[in-house]
Amino acid sequence: MERKELICIGCPMGCMMSVELEQGKVTAVTGNTCKRGDAYARKEVTDPTRIVTSTVKLRGGQYPVVSVKTSKDIPKDMIEACMKALKETEAKAPVEIGDVIVENVAGTGADVVATKTVL
Amino acid sequence: MKYDVMIIGAGVVGCAAARELSRYSLKIGVLEKEEDVCCGTSKANSGIVHAGFDAESGTLKAELNVEGNRILGELSRELDFPFYRNGSLVLCFREEDRPKLTELLRRGQTNGVKELRIIEKEELQKLEPMVSDEAVAALYAPDGGIVCPFGMTIALAENACQNGADFFFDKAVTNIEHTGRETGMGRYRIRAGEDVFEADYVVNAAGVYADVFHNMVSETKIHITPRRGSYCLLDKSRPSLVSHTVFQLPGAYGKGVLVTPTVHGNLMVGPTALDVEEKEGTNTTREELKELTQKAKKSIPGLPMNQVITSFAGLRAHEDGGEFIIGEVLDAKGFIDCAGIESPGLTSAPAIGKKVARLIAGQLHLTERKDFVPERKGILNPAMLKETDRSRLIQERPAYGTIVCRCEMITEGEIIDAINRPLGAKSLDGVKRRTRAGMGRCQSGFCSPRVMEILSRERKVPMEEITKSGGDSGVITGRNKDRL
Amino acid sequence: METYDIVVIGGGPAGLAAALSAKRKGVSRIIILERDRELGGILNQCIHNGFGLHTFQEELTGPEYAARFAAEVKREGIAFLLDTMVTDISPDKIVTAMNSREGLFHISAKAVILAMGCRERPRGALNIPGYRPAGIYSAGTAQRLVNIEGYMPGREVVILGSGDIGLIMARRMTLEGAKVKVVAELMPYSGGLKRNIVQCLEDYKIPLKLSHTVVDIQGKERVRGVTLAKVDQDRNPIPGTEETYSCDTLLLSCGLVPENELSRGIGVFMNPVTSGPVVNGRFQTSVAGVFACGNVLHVHDLVDFVSQEAAGAGESAAEYVLCGCSFKKEGADFQVKAQGGVRYTVPSSICSDGVRQQQTIRFRVGDVYKNHFIAVYLNGKRLIHKKRQIMAPGEMEELNFDMNWLSPYPDGGEIIVTLEEA
Repeated sequence: MERKELICIGCPMGCMMSVELEQGKVTAVTGNTCKRGDAYARKEVTDPTRIVTSTVKLRGGQYPVVSVKTSKDIPKDMIEACMKALKETEAKAPVEIGDVIVENVAGTGADVVATKTVL
Repeated sequence: MKYDVMIIGAGVVGCAAARELSRYSLKIGVLEKEEDVCCGTSKANSGIVHAGFDAESGTLKAELNVEGNRILGELSRELDFPFYRNGSLVLCFREEDRPKLTELLRRGQTNGVKELRIIEKEELQKLEPMVSDEAVAALYAPDGGIVCPFGMTIALAENACQNGADFFFDKAVTNIEHTGRETGMGRYRIRAGEDVFEADYVVNAAGVYADVFHNMVSETKIHITPRRGSYCLLDKSRPSLVSHTVFQLPGAYGKGVLVTPTVHGNLMVGPTALDVEEKEGTNTTREELKELTQKAKKSIPGLPMNQVITSFAGLRAHEDGGEFIIGEVLDAKGFIDCAGIESPGLTSAPAIGKKVARLIAGQLHLTERKDFVPERKGILNPAMLKETDRSRLIQERPAYGTIVCRCEMITEGEIIDAINRPLGAKSLDGVKRRTRAGMGRCQSGFCSPRVMEILSRERKVPMEEITKSGGDSGVITGRNKDRL
Repeated sequence: METYDIVVIGGGPAGLAAALSAKRKGVSRIIILERDRELGGILNQCIHNGFGLHTFQEELTGPEYAARFAAEVKREGIAFLLDTMVTDISPDKIVTAMNSREGLFHISAKAVILAMGCRERPRGALNIPGYRPAGIYSAGTAQRLVNIEGYMPGREVVILGSGDIGLIMARRMTLEGAKVKVVAELMPYSGGLKRNIVQCLEDYKIPLKLSHTVVDIQGKERVRGVTLAKVDQDRNPIPGTEETYSCDTLLLSCGLVPENELSRGIGVFMNPVTSGPVVNGRFQTSVAGVFACGNVLHVHDLVDFVSQEAAGAGESAAEYVLCGCSFKKEGADFQVKAQGGVRYTVPSSICSDGVRQQQTIRFRVGDVYKNHFIAVYLNGKRLIHKKRQIMAPGEMEELNFDMNWLSPYPDGGEIIVTLEEA
């Protein structure tokens, strides 16, 4: 049996939760005050994911960079690979909100899209 | 390079000397170790134009203070920098201290300070309503004033430059050799790293470093202690809470601090006095900042110290003798000291400049140039224009319609002017000292990226090379992800 | 001189939402004056996600959230001027502004909505001793440099202040290739959201030191090190606990201050706790026809609440304009007072008007409170008694006050918002 400790991010309570795992499967969550904590804990210990937001270089634009995000959350351990991919990326102005800048970034299945329109 | 006069230090004294010397047909150089004028003691002081009652009668300090105060009005009009006679008050908190107040009055009168008088509590409260109830009387000097120390130094420097003086920045003098010693001549070789300059006269206006240079050429050693003074600057308030410069009579609580409005409408509190070893020791400490608050509240109990927007420290060049050392060094012909210039140094600077110039011109039997230009125009402040004139200015030069520093309401036009004029700003601090952009309540939080852009564009240097204050004070370290 | 029904000062989230709601209430001549190059205000540099959950039921980044409102403003045909600085507002609502195209100009307004936002507290206000080298930035300045200009302000970073901007910047700087060594927080608790502590610090193994502050800054030209020390209960550094971090950058995220220089110029009464204007339930300041909303009124944590609040201010301004510069059905006034752990309330007074059914009261607490009740008394009678598991200074609280409760009191009175132990 494996045990992981984590803080709930659902609200300012910040419950200290303890998750028990059996062969990678959650068997128990304790320390949470509400259901949200339980759900968060189960996801966070088995499949932690994050939306990544950053900038990419922009050629010929009003600003030298344009802000971007992943179109959906990606595995936490892929963040670094995602950033490395963005380092090599250069967009060309004009860019519209929602434009796909990188498809399937670092093989995560998520696209990187512009979050700002820059002329 | 050969100069008639080489001035070491582009602080207020060096610049005043350069300006006064430029009245004569002399090849003048100014060597400054920093990237700009007004980077040492001149940039971090009280900005006070002392009336002249503080220095002991008969001293150079007393003489030059009173003369400096007398000529500052005209100088500020000639050179277009802000100076006001707001009057100063020395508060007396205890009946038993009255003799000290009387002593100051007498001393001031002997020194030639005009209109000096002691006022009683009632009049004091009328003059300065925020003043402490504990103050029983005060010495009132209507001639006391305030000046912008940057404005004054930069004005002197620009005018000297206009009249032909050469300024060299980032040139720290490493050695001075009296090459004319054997022949009894004023002939010097000055090294600043790789650069070598020759000069007949050297004016030593090096502030806290003046002892180092003096001691390179003279057997009579002097010693300067950097005496640190910390200050707090408060946000502007309308109307100003304090209108006079309020000093404290030294008392049981030690040497007091002053509370004064600045020429730009802020309030300033300071200085502390702490002797330090380090000639660059301009750091503030928690203890000194705490001391400031306590002492300032003694004068003005209602001082809103939660309105402090910045604190800083400067170093006064205190020579062991406690007196200005101004004049030719006895065993080094042509080497002119301006050493130990602590308070009232800023007030005295114009007079010091004249004294140095008279000395050199006298020795060389020079008369003033006919083509000397005594006037200099400061950076145009559009806020001072009538509305119609301001609109016309913006029409002609749209940059005057774009506010860059929202706290001080400084336009892009003023910043461009500051960068492109003679001896123009090269850094964020250079822009700040010339225009006040970044000097307001947000302390450059909003405007620094914009000012950097303007600096980069006008000076045609990449953003990465923009500094806060020259040297290794780069503001940004690279581009996003460049180290990934 | 041009005349507008409503002049909105500031085109950030508050100004945009206020203008939109006023327009939708039927006011036609509205203009937004924005000092920056584009609409959206500070949201444009907040490129992280987490905005809009309340407003749009989806998670957006700051620029996306701003763009939605800006698009609506354009679709509604609301006028706006960019790069335009308001320099003065007179008590009779003549707005003086300036830009490089029109020069200095005046606009006469029937109503003015103050939506200038806030600024960061600078180093000086924090009394941090030490040298004054390059490399000390407010977190927001760094955020602008990185997110809009694409420049790194430093390589090795110490952050003072664990408010959300500080936490977000810890992650941004790390992702962009800087090493964030530590985040120090003066208080014994963080002012930021738990989510940000986990996802901005713990994800990147950045230590958070609570009850710590900066006691020295080293380096004369560029920052070379920062010394932290633990503080005691009175927030004074404890000698012997100093620890020096070598770094080239210090980011300060130590609180926001509403930007009310223009408001003071008009002469509106200010609340010393919020540093924002005193407003009534209609977001009207002490000067009739001058309204305030968003961070200029009190600093918010979530932009969604700014938008909500600003919409309320916009509606009120519209009502004022449409009623011929007054309000119909003025009822009795009730002062709203903050007591017992509640630092302030917005509004400071409410007035029954027979129209509005609900009045939102927003407030902040002064400390961390666990298992406490929020209690609301109207003329001594307790009307609300609501248990909260946790309340913290970093999280704005909200109450819905039923306006019908006011009807038994034609002479007005006072409403007290307080905390009570369980």
